[in-house]
Amino acid sequence: MRETHKLPVKVRSNKLVIGIGNSYRGDDGVGLAVARHLKETASGNLEILEATGECTSLMEFWKDAKVVILVDALQSGTRPGRISRFCAQSQRFPTRFSRHSTHALGIGEAIELARAMNQLPPCLIIYGIEGKNFQAGFGLSPEVATAVGKVGDCILEDIRSDLQHDLTHQPIESVSR
Amino acid sequence: MTIPKTISRQIKVEYIARVEGEGALDIVVDKGEITHLELRIFEPPRFFEAFLQGRGFHEAPDITARICGICPVAYQMSAIHAMEKALQITITPAIRALRRLFYCAEWIESHALHIYLLHAPDFLGYESAISMAANPELRPAVERGLRMKKIGNHLLALIGGREVHPVSACVGGFYRAPKHREMLRLKDELEWGLEAATETVAWTASLPFPDFTPDYEHVALSHSDEYPMNEGRVVSSKSLDITMEAFEEHFVEEHVAHSNALHARRADGGSYLVGPLARVNLNLDKLSPRAQKAMRKSGLKFPNNNPFLSIVARSLELVHAFEESLRLIDVYEEPVPSRVEVLPRGGEGRHITEAPRGMLYHRYVLEERGLIKEARIIPPTSQNLRRMEDDLRSYVPEVIDLPLEEATWRCEQLIRNYDPCISCATHFLRLSIRRA
Repeated sequence: MRETHKLPVKVRSNKLVIGIGNSYRGDDGVGLAVARHLKETASGNLEILEATGECTSLMEFWKDAKVVILVDALQSGTRPGRISRFCAQSQRFPTRFSRHSTHALGIGEAIELARAMNQLPPCLIIYGIEGKNFQAGFGLSPEVATAVGKVGDCILEDIRSDLQHDLTHQPIESVSR
Repeated sequence: MTIPKTISRQIKVEYIARVEGEGALDIVVDKGEITHLELRIFEPPRFFEAFLQGRGFHEAPDITARICGICPVAYQMSAIHAMEKALQITITPAIRALRRLFYCAEWIESHALHIYLLHAPDFLGYESAISMAANPELRPAVERGLRMKKIGNHLLALIGGREVHPVSACVGGFYRAPKHREMLRLKDELEWGLEAATETVAWTASLPFPDFTPDYEHVALSHSDEYPMNEGRVVSSKSLDITMEAFEEHFVEEHVAHSNALHARRADGGSYLVGPLARVNLNLDKLSPRAQKAMRKSGLKFPNNNPFLSIVARSLELVHAFEESLRLIDVYEEPVPSRVEVLPRGGEGRHITEAPRGMLYHRYVLEERGLIKEARIIPPTSQNLRRMEDDLRSYVPEVIDLPLEEATWRCEQLIRNYDPCISCATHFLRLSIRRA
């Protein structure tokens, strides 16, 4: 797996999964866990990265990709382990998913800046997994850990189906599969 | 300028946008008099100085770096230098040079972000960088800013291990120093960045600036051989020239009721200004050749007291940081070993480095096993808060008869001149222990 602190190399595949988060903050590491799970189960033509979620890095990673799937933890007050999914082409990034900073730019800003600049990938899907524990320390909560495989399966299905449905229209969110 | 007696109105900003942290602005004008002016800081205090007590000297750089996600290098550098003074450690010239390059990376990241994404929208009439980027004519400028920030990210990740909250700096040096060949891979992008930063000076210098020049005392580090980042004496535009060690004799912090952040002032007087404008004004002759040339070409005169020109000062420092990075990479020698030996002992160390937003002071007292007995941190935004309120008192009469929405927006723009980091400013705890 390519680590994001290395200098960027050209993305080899036009299908890219980016797991986002921090493994040292409990369930915030669930996006990275999905990326690592996919690394073990996915076939070779899928590029899988881990990232902190910093705006400019995300935009750089996805600039040449046709299909991009982001996975990150959510903290929106719903059931831990609940999976949300939305398509950036057909809807704006929900503000309740943005982190509470007006200075540090994250996923929401990356998506909306890219949209304003016509730099969104042709297909950009975001999976969010509701976390329970964001305290310092390793390990996922059990209900969050069970979502890792499910989201991995959803992503593989997305890739297999070539995301035809997402290129046309997409329901708002919360597809618990 | 005075406000006509006929004017009574209120400017209220519940949540100041495009600054780091939570603050509000409340100004009341009653029959031509400003009767109430508060930059309220309601972000909760974060007690860093208290929970540093009892921790090892080596933990301070990484703990204090968590005060701020925008300028963690500044916290690491001030903490490391202060600890090295307390522990009486001398580092090698190669480590010193790598630290300077590390700091350049943070200045590039922070300045590019602030200029293009946080501050330029004010001058061009946009509520955010996203709406600014939607204008095809301004899109290339936003792209330029993002690419420069990205280059800063890459340089920071190479030296610090990752682009946010880097992990490789330590008391005595670095846990790992990059190889020369890794540095060389960044040169092309840095060369591009130098050109882009030079264009940035011309671009920001062409923005419309209000005519506003308060009487400031600019305060910054000054070094005999270089533009200040990690070292220097504390100097001011009003003839102050002291060592870092004497900082607390000349500057005091005090509590004000409406703020969870302390306000600093001169011990014998009032507010003062730290940050890029103060640094540029006090260190003009130390700016890199390209930065000096860009300044001359801009047609703007420095030293300059107009706080709105801080966006140009930041741009000049962006040029300097790119040019300095290229110079440091050209002469780079990997420090071997990457850190000098450090043995715990008792002592006290005080140090200031120049964070992107201005001087950042750290003082630590260590007991003989190297555990922290006392910690004191004075971040740049605390030092500028009183100055921001003084600016607003002078500026409100200039804008008060504008439509309320525009007057409010102008006042917010004034605050963003400072690139304030409220999260940094609310780190403190005033602790009182009574023993029976």
